[in-house]
Amino acid sequence: MQINPMEQFRVEPILPLHIAGYDVSFTNQALVMCVVVAAISIFMVIASTSRKLVPGRMQSMAELSYEFVGNMIHSAAGEEGLKFFPLVFTIFFFVLFANVVGLIPGVFTVTSQIAVTFALAMLVILTVLVTGFARHGFGFLKLFVPKAPFVLLLLLVPIEVISFLTRPISLSVRLFANMLAGHTMLKVFAGFVIALGGAGGILSVLSIAPMLLIIAITALEMLVALLQAYVFAILTCIYLSEALHLHDHH
Amino acid sequence: MSVEAAKMIGAGLACIALVGAGAGIGNVFGSYLQGALRNPGAAAGQTTNLLLGFALCEATGLFGLVIALLILFAF
Repeated sequence: MQINPMEQFRVEPILPLHIAGYDVSFTNQALVMCVVVAAISIFMVIASTSRKLVPGRMQSMAELSYEFVGNMIHSAAGEEGLKFFPLVFTIFFFVLFANVVGLIPGVFTVTSQIAVTFALAMLVILTVLVTGFARHGFGFLKLFVPKAPFVLLLLLVPIEVISFLTRPISLSVRLFANMLAGHTMLKVFAGFVIALGGAGGILSVLSIAPMLLIIAITALEMLVALLQAYVFAILTCIYLSEALHLHDHH
Repeated sequence: MSVEAAKMIGAGLACIALVGAGAGIGNVFGSYLQGALRNPGAAAGQTTNLLLGFALCEATGLFGLVIALLILFAF
C-alpha cells in the first residue's frame, strides 16, 4: 500500500467560485485560516471579558502572552518598537495557532503553503520599508552603508543590499520549509507503520517502533511550531528595529 | 541518462546543503554551551541570540530542501 506524503498539502476547493475569470474558491486552506483567526479571537475575548485584579487561568494566559510579546519587542526594538505591538502580536499568534492547529491529524497546515508565509513576510518587509522611509527619508538608505573604509564599502554595500533583498525569501522559506519537512516526515513514518502492519507475522509486531517514533516526532514538531512562531516574530522585531534606529541602536 | 533519473540525482545532491546546516547548528549550540558553562550568570540573557542563530543557520539548510523540491516538482 502506497501513500503519497505530499498529498496532505493539496489545496482543495470547498465552495468553487469564479469571479471575472479568477478562481476565488473557498478552499480548505481558507477554512483553516478562518478557524485559526476565530480561535485566537475567542481565546482573547473570553480571557478579557471578566477581568479581575487576581487573574484566573484564562486571564493569566492572555496576560502572560501579552507580556511575552511585549518583552520580546522591547528587548529587540526598544521603547519605540512598542508602536508595532499589534502587528507583532498578530503575526506571532497567527503563526503559532496555524502551526499548532496543523499538527492535529487530518487538519490542513496553513503555514506549509509558501503563498501564506510569503504574504506574511512581504507584509513585514513592506512595513519595514514604509516605516524606514517615513522616518528617515532617503537617509534610510544609510542602512546599506556600514561604517568602514571606502575600499571595504565596495564589497560591503552589495552584500548588505543582497542580504536585505533576500530577507522576505528567507523569512518565508524558513517557516514554510520547516512545516513542510516536519509534516512530510510524519507522513513518511506513518507509511512505515502501514507497510509493516500489513506485512503480517513478526513484522506486524515491529510496526510499533515507527509508531513510537511518530509520537516522539510529534512532540518535536510541537517544539518546532512554537520556535518558528517565535523566530518569525523576533526577526520581525529586529527588522523593525533597523528601520527605526538604522545601525546606531546597539 | 533520462531526464527523470537526472532529476532524482539532482534532488539528492541538493540535500548536501544539510551538511553545512548541521555543522552550523552544532556550532551554535556547542558555542552557547561552552559560554554558558564558563559564565552561567550570563547564559539566560543570551537565549534570544541562541534561537536567532539557530534559525538563521537552519534557513541555509532549508534552501537546499527548496531547491530539491523545485527540481522534483517545478520543472
